[in-house]
Amino acid sequence: MIISIASGKGGTGKTLVATSLALSLKENTRVQLLDCDVEEPNDHIFLKPIISESQAVCIPTPKVDEAKCTYCGRCAEICAYHAIVVFPKTALVFAPLCHGCGACSYLCPEKAISEENREIGVVEWGHSDGIQFVQGRLNVGEAMAVPVIRAVKARTSHDGIAIIDVSPGTSCPVVESVKGSDFCLLVTEPTPFGLNDLALAVETVRMLKIPCGVVVNRAGVGDEKVEEYCRKEDIPILLTIPLDTSIAHLCSQGIPLVEGKPEWKDSFLRLFDAIGEMVNERDCSPKR
Amino acid sequence: MKEIVVLSGKGGTGKTSIVGSFAALAKDKVLADCDVDAADLHLLLQPVAREKQEFWSGQAAQIDSQKCIQCGLCQEMCRFEAIKDFKVDSVSCEGCGFCAHLCPVQAIALRENMAGHWFISDTRYGPLVHARLGIAQENSGKLVALVRQQARELAEKQGSSLIISDGPPGIGCPVISSLSGASLAVLVTEPTLSGIHDMERVLGVCRHFGVPAMACINKCDSNDYNTYQIVRYCHSQNVEVAAQIPFDNTVTEAMIQGLPVVEYRQNDVSRQINVLWETITGRLTN
Repeated sequence: MIISIASGKGGTGKTLVATSLALSLKENTRVQLLDCDVEEPNDHIFLKPIISESQAVCIPTPKVDEAKCTYCGRCAEICAYHAIVVFPKTALVFAPLCHGCGACSYLCPEKAISEENREIGVVEWGHSDGIQFVQGRLNVGEAMAVPVIRAVKARTSHDGIAIIDVSPGTSCPVVESVKGSDFCLLVTEPTPFGLNDLALAVETVRMLKIPCGVVVNRAGVGDEKVEEYCRKEDIPILLTIPLDTSIAHLCSQGIPLVEGKPEWKDSFLRLFDAIGEMVNERDCSPKR
Repeated sequence: MKEIVVLSGKGGTGKTSIVGSFAALAKDKVLADCDVDAADLHLLLQPVAREKQEFWSGQAAQIDSQKCIQCGLCQEMCRFEAIKDFKVDSVSCEGCGFCAHLCPVQAIALRENMAGHWFISDTRYGPLVHARLGIAQENSGKLVALVRQQARELAEKQGSSLIISDGPPGIGCPVISSLSGASLAVLVTEPTLSGIHDMERVLGVCRHFGVPAMACINKCDSNDYNTYQIVRYCHSQNVEVAAQIPFDNTVTEAMIQGLPVVEYRQNDVSRQINVLWETITGRLTN
């Protein structure tokens, strides 16, 4: 089963939920944690994994052989990202704009374009005290997170429970991370910002047709509107974590909640049971 | 014209609450919300839209099943695995158009994608340019670039010399798009290990694009040791820590009232935001 953890808004506690859920489950099942927030991965701060292997994430980028090139301009014309510009006597490649689709090299009439790999990030894996751990890191200065996310997800193990920590927002990196999950947990906080971004995240998972439930973090900080919204939209609130300075202090030190306060483990196991029931119901439902 | 952009790397550090207060403190300016993916600044500024425009961007392939001979070449050559069973999955499609060029019977066409909306609005603090990216859309960097360009045009038209941008979280495409060419980045961080890690990365992006940065530690009293580490780190990197804002629930109370903190209550939080703003204006005029 694949459970992704998203939020719309940043800083609501995705990493807290992802790490504590993984730690609570590891005694009973095989657990894998995949940090797909490749722009700012944080799970490693909490789980302190031993990274045993890593692999560069590369994008194939065109290289023009000027001995063969006739400067016909066909490559520049077909490149949707304007990553190649052809002048009468030279052809320039703007590598950071290239998405690596391969059209230019394939369609070049002179076969003058080859591809070379350009590293944009890295995927690393290992383990943390019984949890299989995978994370991606986008290189600083690079724009495209999605290929790094794909490389992380390619390592998803399909036996046991895979937990995916997703970046904030609702655009392409989030969709790429959440796609293919059996369930999506949405972590929010009861404030107007939290509610606004939760509603966007709900739209995203509904579009992907993935069942979802909500974790309300820092309960007590704001107002009741998140609860009202979940009731109205028929989205279950599966876990509530109160606003508590001692929890905030644990998180600030990089200590997972269930490690600092083991009494929370039961709540995370119940959270997992509720998710399991919802996924099973959906799988058995005649609508599908 | 000067443009300051507020960034954090990590989400939830308080960027938008601080930008909302800057809106109340700055005199003659244009505001821009560059978090087009999950914009929140409108919740504080309550803009009234003056202009609403569609944002058309990116392309997605479409297969005409009448013409398609199911040769499978497009499926085989697509590197984004966006074509399955002779249908395009528009979420995976990167709009490169390789398939359309390859198709032997011209059954594939690219169509422009309506990816969201952008707005020029009036707020009680002056004009705001903001946007709403459609759900699951790409090209947020392009929409951010559009928001910034509109903000610059507006500032020129009304003779303002300052743009204040609320930036997106992360370090990827929308962040780069909101940062490149700005006059100053204000990095809002919090004293957690995640906050420190993410600030280091976003500072790397500022350096990469040659934008000077200054820092502000929010919720500074929630972990004194980490705050001390951030101050030391910033010092070692020659980054000025312009303010240390204590944790206070009035920030959330102000948000619920739809007001910037500096207008909602005079306390240590609002005083520190004032200090931050004075430091920024001092830096910009030098």
